[in-house]
Amino acid sequence: MPQRNIVEAINSALTDEMQADQRVMVLGLDVGKLGGVFRTTSGLIEKFGSERVVDTPLAEASIVGASLGLALAGMVPVAEIQFLGFTAQAFHQIGPQLGKYRQRSRGRYHCQVTIRAPFGGGIRSPEFHSDAVEAQFVQAPGIKIVMPSNPYDAKGLLIEAIRDPDPVLFCEPDRLYRSGKAEVPDGAYTVPFGKASLVREGDNVTLVAWSAAVELCLRAADALAADGISAAVLDLRTLVPLDVETLCTQVAKTGRCVVVHEAPLSAGFGAEVSATLMEEIFYDLDAPVMRVGAFDVPFPAASLEDHYLPSLDRVVKAVKRTMES
Amino acid sequence: MSARAVVSKNRPVAMQRQVLQPDGKLVDGAQPMEEEFLLEALRWMMKSRLYDHRVIGLQRQGQFGVYSPGMGQEASIVGSAMAVDPARDWMVPQYRELMASVHHGLPLEVISSQYLGKIGPARIPEGVKVLPTQVAIAAQLPQATGLAWGLKLRGEDSVVIAYIGDGGSSEGDFHEGLNLAGVTKAPIVFFLSNNQWAISTSRRVQTATRSFALRAAGYGFDGVEVDGNDVMAVYAATRAAVDKARKGGGPSLVEATTYRMSFHNTTDNPSRYQDPKDYEEAKTRDPIERVQKYLASIGLWDGKKDEAWTEELREENDRALKLAAEAQPPNPDDVFANVYQDPPLRIVRQRSELAGGQR
Repeated sequence: MPQRNIVEAINSALTDEMQADQRVMVLGLDVGKLGGVFRTTSGLIEKFGSERVVDTPLAEASIVGASLGLALAGMVPVAEIQFLGFTAQAFHQIGPQLGKYRQRSRGRYHCQVTIRAPFGGGIRSPEFHSDAVEAQFVQAPGIKIVMPSNPYDAKGLLIEAIRDPDPVLFCEPDRLYRSGKAEVPDGAYTVPFGKASLVREGDNVTLVAWSAAVELCLRAADALAADGISAAVLDLRTLVPLDVETLCTQVAKTGRCVVVHEAPLSAGFGAEVSATLMEEIFYDLDAPVMRVGAFDVPFPAASLEDHYLPSLDRVVKAVKRTMES
Repeated sequence: MSARAVVSKNRPVAMQRQVLQPDGKLVDGAQPMEEEFLLEALRWMMKSRLYDHRVIGLQRQGQFGVYSPGMGQEASIVGSAMAVDPARDWMVPQYRELMASVHHGLPLEVISSQYLGKIGPARIPEGVKVLPTQVAIAAQLPQATGLAWGLKLRGEDSVVIAYIGDGGSSEGDFHEGLNLAGVTKAPIVFFLSNNQWAISTSRRVQTATRSFALRAAGYGFDGVEVDGNDVMAVYAATRAAVDKARKGGGPSLVEATTYRMSFHNTTDNPSRYQDPKDYEEAKTRDPIERVQKYLASIGLWDGKKDEAWTEELREENDRALKLAAEAQPPNPDDVFANVYQDPPLRIVRQRSELAGGQR
């Protein structure tokens, strides 16, 4: 089976869907001849032409707003916002507009729109580029939020997103874009939303994460194994819909849980995970659910990012604290 | 009259800044609308004003929701709507152009039911090419551009008309929407009703530009100013822009200069900020009276006709309002309707919680 990294997996998903469905188009900043700043759309303009692979003006709100209109016209737009942090310039077109359009039109209209956006720290990018603001969109009902952590899921989840009749925010972990290859089949396949994936089995504690933090948790699990602690790693894959059942079943098995994310701690999605576990399986818990996030300060200069982001050391320490309870 | 070229439904028309003066006399050299066509326009304008009066009354009695009337702007509302084809063109409203949407095929009882909180009956029927009203000001503009761009990509013979006001032109979405339309040469007409007020904020402090239409130059397409209280001029200017868009000529911006002869909406109190003299002055330019004066001058209008039409239109409006009042009110469960095609499990559970089941 062919090996692909996340960039290649995303490119493969876009290529397959554009080949299969004439309505699918890609639009955003520099997605054409450059192939996107991370090259995820490389080669698409040559294959599908400039009507379906469109370099737009530098204006995020109109990239999203126009995608809504394009969808109403019968196209299937896949918009790229160059970095998730810049969705701030389009926020009103995402939550309030895309997310509510089906309801506001009493079901007459729906918006089959995918917004792709790379995000996350660890690549020494300048300010705003690394912001992990995914939880802000959880408060925007009507939007699905997808956070792949590996090449196989990236392709399957992106195809699922493009085919979903409702708007999807698809966040790509830029730190992992080229970090490794995995088996990714040629041709279209889908990974369903709302199905968390147990990426590592373990008996003592469950590490819950999504996107690039899954990779951190896997490293933490290796480190913990050396100390005799068996840690499972659960990749949520999608925040909306949230796989409450797998989350609760898995954490109930280990009785202990640490949630890890790159977003600032307070009101991050880890709080939602923790509250859900409290409500659903309180009596199966052997210890309080712990959270490890970035600190509650703005993303610092790149030279300081390693001190800001959740680190291997902080995850290991959190697990050890939960083991002591 | 017969010697003069007239504007009719099936003929291209040139842009005209003003055709009919406030005194009901034709501008020298201007082309008036064909008589039947003008009578149709007058009927819609009267319908709009009568509806406004009726529902404001109902709102004051607690029988209608918050409402933004179109009084004073009927020529802009009706003249622009008559310039697009409901069978193939799309209308993207803001919120004050209710009767434009009705002209475009949205039944009056449907849009009325929205003000009564009747969720299901307010759904825009299939086949009616109208988008929902938009009160997140200017958010509809990038969307309208995307719609027009998409229709072009799909090879359809359609034009989009998108409504905005003088206040809305200050929003970032106005700039982004118009800029993208220029770049994509989208078949769209941006119709800006300059009614001088954004709630209580005067057009004078909204922008330092002397004309909103001028802004089109910055986006690489044409902008025209038209007397927005002159239904013939509004029709001609909009129709010329629509024809141009349909032929592949790209977008236009039409600025209709008018005056909001009422409040922003039923919660507003213009006496706190509006000089009564401005209102009195605006009344002398009333869009309906000027057409009636003109039609009277050619023997097509008199007090009897006015009475008869008023009676008919009131009945027509009341029939729609009765249907809306009788329409099915929503169930509590409708809180969950039409959010996702396949709702996440969590929402399914919340739905059963509201229904009295277990969480």
